Amino acid sequence: MRKFTAATAVAFGILAYGVGAASAEKLTIGLASEPTSLDPHFHNLGPNNAMSVHIFDRLIAQDEKQRLSPGLAVSWEPVDELTWEFKLREGVKFHDGSDFNADDVVCTMARAPDVPNSPSGYGTYLKGKEVIKIDDYTVHFKTAAPYPLMGNDISTIPVISELGCDSTTEDFNAGTAAIGTGPFKFQSYTPGESIVLVRNDEYWGDTPVWSEVEFRPITSGPSRVASLLAGDVDMISGVPTTDITTLKGNDDIQLSQGVSNRVIYLHMDQFRENSPFVKANGGGDIKNPLMDVRVRKAISMAISRDAIVDRVMEGVALPAGQLLPEGFFGVSDNLDVVAYDPEGAKALMAEAGYADGFEMTIHGPNDRYINDAKIVEAIAQMLTRVGIKTAVETMPRSVYFGRASKGSPEGLPEFSFILVGWGAGSGEASSPLKSLIHTYDKDAGFGSSNRGRHSDSETDALIEEALRTVDDAKRQDLLARATERAIENVAIIPTHFQVNTWAAKKGLSYIARTDEYTLATGVVKE
Amino acid sequence: MTVFIIRRLLQALLVVFMMSVIVFFGVNIVGDPVYMLVSPDADQADIEAAISRLGLDRPILEQYWLFLKGAAQGDLGDSFIFGEPALKLILHHMPATMELAFSALILAVVIGIPLGLYAGLYPDSRISKGIMAASIFGFSLPTFWVGLMLIMLFAVELQWVPATGRGDLGSFLGIQSSLFTLDGLSHIFLPALNLALLKISLAIRLTRAGVREAMGLDYVKYARAKGLSTRRIILVHVMKNIMIPVVTVMGLEFGSLIGFSVVTETIFAWPGMGKLLIDAILQLDRPVVVAYLMIIVLFFVLINLIVDILYSILDPRVRLQDQGA
Repeated sequence: MRKFTAATAVAFGILAYGVGAASAEKLTIGLASEPTSLDPHFHNLGPNNAMSVHIFDRLIAQDEKQRLSPGLAVSWEPVDELTWEFKLREGVKFHDGSDFNADDVVCTMARAPDVPNSPSGYGTYLKGKEVIKIDDYTVHFKTAAPYPLMGNDISTIPVISELGCDSTTEDFNAGTAAIGTGPFKFQSYTPGESIVLVRNDEYWGDTPVWSEVEFRPITSGPSRVASLLAGDVDMISGVPTTDITTLKGNDDIQLSQGVSNRVIYLHMDQFRENSPFVKANGGGDIKNPLMDVRVRKAISMAISRDAIVDRVMEGVALPAGQLLPEGFFGVSDNLDVVAYDPEGAKALMAEAGYADGFEMTIHGPNDRYINDAKIVEAIAQMLTRVGIKTAVETMPRSVYFGRASKGSPEGLPEFSFILVGWGAGSGEASSPLKSLIHTYDKDAGFGSSNRGRHSDSETDALIEEALRTVDDAKRQDLLARATERAIENVAIIPTHFQVNTWAAKKGLSYIARTDEYTLATGVVKE
Repeated sequence: MTVFIIRRLLQALLVVFMMSVIVFFGVNIVGDPVYMLVSPDADQADIEAAISRLGLDRPILEQYWLFLKGAAQGDLGDSFIFGEPALKLILHHMPATMELAFSALILAVVIGIPLGLYAGLYPDSRISKGIMAASIFGFSLPTFWVGLMLIMLFAVELQWVPATGRGDLGSFLGIQSSLFTLDGLSHIFLPALNLALLKISLAIRLTRAGVREAMGLDYVKYARAKGLSTRRIILVHVMKNIMIPVVTVMGLEFGSLIGFSVVTETIFAWPGMGKLLIDAILQLDRPVVVAYLMIIVLFFVLINLIVDILYSILDPRVRLQDQGA
């Protein structure tokens, strides 16, 4: 962890230096994944959100560590239990010259959840919030119950101008409606080929170094690396782990790395007496051993996180002991990475009555997370070593996630033991706690990705209380306690945090972001 | 004659219908697109809303019926991911693929035929043996590997041409294509060569076999006896005869160039239909996959229909046989 913070600190110094030297310079970036639209409210998807940050500001910005900072709002605070007051920045102009004010905010919040044909909208973040204009530069967000995560939720919504509110997704893709207040302006968009942006010289914040930025989607990993080596592009995102060692030895290339908000973890079936993919030795039926916390603990102890990080991930990951890496809001200081202890694991298994082990199948995707299929295989070998004979089955994510969520005949999660990842979009611990750990509760919207159906009333109570607590210090404490209890109960087994790698030509470096976004504003000259 | 054409049309319609059943059901029973689309932050209610918006909560037969109804009006459904009509997306990406396939075909002819001719005329020379050995590589090496090697050699090491992407577009006679600008040509060279490799080998082998056969035939001997120059015999008389099978096969291979472009387009980040299809398959954008396959089916059925009709006009026996059957 220390290594990464040091790199970021250096990068910051460079940023301060780089900003002074604004001139006509073009930057070309090769992207691993392409946005599906330039309409900022069309698809709530990483690449789309990253692209829209360039053109559209949020009321609240997320910095490279997803900490909140003033964006188009200069302040936001609760004025009573149910109301948050946002004071808007004055004197900000949209790219078309019109002034930014509260009307734009009101119409943005109305459009964001309601875009026709949107595959996945922003309603998730605006549910139960009423937006009221108080004056031109004051807006109130009202909720039915106290709501501490207002800042995090609102930081996900790109603000468009009133003109854009009546526009269709096609208008945004054509550029006529792609008018924001952001550091870059729309220049051209050819799906599958390129997105070109130019500097907004009237930007209210720090003017970007780059006068023009071209983003080119190059989805094939080796081709992306080759394009960088050939000089077609100045920087690429998503460097394949297999290429990192070679690129490190190349003097013309500079790598930038940073831990992400994405934890890779294992879910275990904790709701079926007879789990479909857990069998007694020899294949007979068995009472689901994963219900026993000692077995879950033994599995966690049997997994060498260091081996996964060093061997499978070639050093490009951090061992995980909880839901988010240190430095994030709601992380516990009392949790360490579970030590590798195969003997202790065997002893625990014996204590639980499984001295001879059992048979199990681990399922995982093979095209979703960095090296996912290899990690699944490594884990299966480690478990087999302590007596849990583990078979491996991996599949494309298009098949995997549907089956893992509701693939059984009753519409329940199909598998018994799975590898999944979770990126905390809000940048704090309530996101994984609410979705992965809390008891599955359809009506309340809790546990939507709790595919092991872990359920513990005390943890639930802590999470729910945290989600009602507006006081930051108290909420931090509640989230940490909920995390501690979940890890104590082995609700899930975190294995590692993904580390992302960007590569740039010599003389450029990237301020790595925990949200995995690739932003032109983060590319700095040395 | 009219009866024959009507009968063929009906058969073609039946084939298209059968294919629509196979394609639609085949694509719709694999995987679950909802989890590919919704944000992880979405709660259960959001996920259910997405399912019903996409119409995935309806029985599969009803989904198919709606698809047929739309298809009859030229609407093959909206892309799950882009929210735009699938047909429009495919047509938008078609020119890039066409120019790539066309360039590859030209390369195959321009490189393959002269090399094949040489190998056929001097079958025992070292160069000929080298050409034939190289053509085996053209057949057997996997496209994606050769593509990466081409990039490493020509783009990274030699830095002659760019590694990926499509260059600037030029306009000529109202057609927009990257073939009309220098930048565009430098971008298309590598992917076209990569795509053409297999076809170059094919052209070499076809030409060589044809030349070898023709050189021993009587008309060549007579031409020699008549005192024609070797140059004239080969370029006029031999070439004319061997070109018939070469042109026929190369024409047919144009279809497979479009099909094979999937791999090449992915490696060279070429924004064509193949790239669109691969992305659609990976992300389970069902309407795009179905629309793409239906267009290809329609394409082939149409070509076959035209060929059948042409045959029956050219050759009365085809017509008679058909009536007898």
